[in-house]
Amino acid sequence: MTYFKKILIANRGEIARRIIRTCNSLGIETVAIYSDADADTPYVTEASEAHHVGASQANQSYLNIDKIIQVAKETGAEAVHPGYGFLSENTKFTKHCEEAGILFIGPDSEKIQLMGDKIEARRHMEKAGVPVVPGWDGKLESVEHALEVAEDLGYPLMLKASAGGGGIGMHVVRNEEELTKSFSSAKQTAGASFGDDTVFLERFIEHARHIEVQVAADNHGNTVHLFERECSIQRRNQKVIEESPSPFLDEALRKKLCETAVKGVKEIGYTNVGTMEFIFDDESGHFYFLEMNTRLQVEHPVTEEITGLDLVELQLKIAAGQEIGLTQEDITNNGYAIEARLYAEDPETYFPSPGKLTTLKLPENTGRFDFAYEEGNTVSPFYDPMVGKIIVHGKNRKEALDELDIIVDRIEVEGITTNLSLIKQLVNENDFRDGRYTTNYLQTRKAGEGTTK
Amino acid sequence: MKEIASPLPGVFYRRPDPEKPVYVEEGHEVKAGDTIGLIEVMKSFQEVKAEDDGVIKSIKVEDGAVVEAGQVVAELE
Repeated sequence: MTYFKKILIANRGEIARRIIRTCNSLGIETVAIYSDADADTPYVTEASEAHHVGASQANQSYLNIDKIIQVAKETGAEAVHPGYGFLSENTKFTKHCEEAGILFIGPDSEKIQLMGDKIEARRHMEKAGVPVVPGWDGKLESVEHALEVAEDLGYPLMLKASAGGGGIGMHVVRNEEELTKSFSSAKQTAGASFGDDTVFLERFIEHARHIEVQVAADNHGNTVHLFERECSIQRRNQKVIEESPSPFLDEALRKKLCETAVKGVKEIGYTNVGTMEFIFDDESGHFYFLEMNTRLQVEHPVTEEITGLDLVELQLKIAAGQEIGLTQEDITNNGYAIEARLYAEDPETYFPSPGKLTTLKLPENTGRFDFAYEEGNTVSPFYDPMVGKIIVHGKNRKEALDELDIIVDRIEVEGITTNLSLIKQLVNENDFRDGRYTTNYLQTRKAGEGTTK
Repeated sequence: MKEIASPLPGVFYRRPDPEKPVYVEEGHEVKAGDTIGLIEVMKSFQEVKAEDDGVIKSIKVEDGAVVEAGQVVAELE
């Protein structure tokens, strides 16, 4: 039984290819959209049909709501899959889809809005009994007010934009002076970036691990989790390596975390797939709700590898109004999966490196490769620097890391600078091998020291 | 006359953010090291700087337009 006849994919690159793959297996036709820069990339030819929507700049193409809706209407697409980024958490877009009678594959606008407001999200989670980072949920009207609140909470603190998220619009403040200095600029930046200058304060956790829980809920009251993903290896608040299960959790803590996530999801009446992000204090072992992502995540493949489920299919199924069809007991985690993101950037300075991929050879019969590009393509300067994702699945963490190590050696990439050498170092460092790391790891590690080889 | 080129391909901006005034106007005097624009490349922003002192003779690229690596964005005299 199929869910739709034809859907439009309002995205590009590897995630567009990923969605096309599932649609092909289900006999669903796909409509791709593309900008000038992407005309020669693989997803454009892999889709059943493809339509040019504008210039290379995202605001003229992948964020061009009117044009995308127009293509959806003209092609007879019943539903739109937003992927991640771009319009995936944009309520203006979901409302336009609604008005045009096109189904948005994701949660209701109302839920996207609710979770997009970080203060509101905190309040709802507290109500559900989900722990949130100790902080102040009110609006901070003035710097004097902020200083007063900070005095009660105690430094160091994180000053955050309520409409921010994904690591954007955050400032660590360690004392009164820093708070005074950051307050007005944080408010101003929040206003300019998100159209909402509300800021709030949370305790800053120095030694933190970022662990998130994949959830899914249908319109029939079924809510399940698909275990966790550990995403603590980050550069500039952007993830580099993700894995599941987390080497930090024991069975009891894993169960508690996943059940807490389900409780939060039920409280807000969320539907479709989503991710509850938590921050773990590496010292106390306590965890706190951070934010919820109301879409498919970049790192969803690690969950697919350990559960054997297709998350894109699950999204389509739920959007089509069907039941998940699985109980919590049906969903098991088998073995160990790791994803490494290959970025077109300098491995040390993270300086971007767009350009032509003169060579891109991926090994065969090993690993899973979700790549945006093929050899001969140009890695465009207009979008994020991710060239692709390398995903491995083993019986245990060591087996998965060993496989990743071998794959990294066998990948040939030329024409641009990539972080392949960073991935190679990481998978051989003792601290990483032993699971001893926090979100500070990439800043504080001594590269190549304490390696297994 | 000297040319100021973009070191990278991407999108050229004349302002630090949409609400702010432009970095420089034609006819403005600049010193070596002054920022004259930004290049957005892979979601990060790199400053384009004047390498010499001088007066901005012309700005060759519109705010928000696509540039190639090495493309001249302004002329200095």
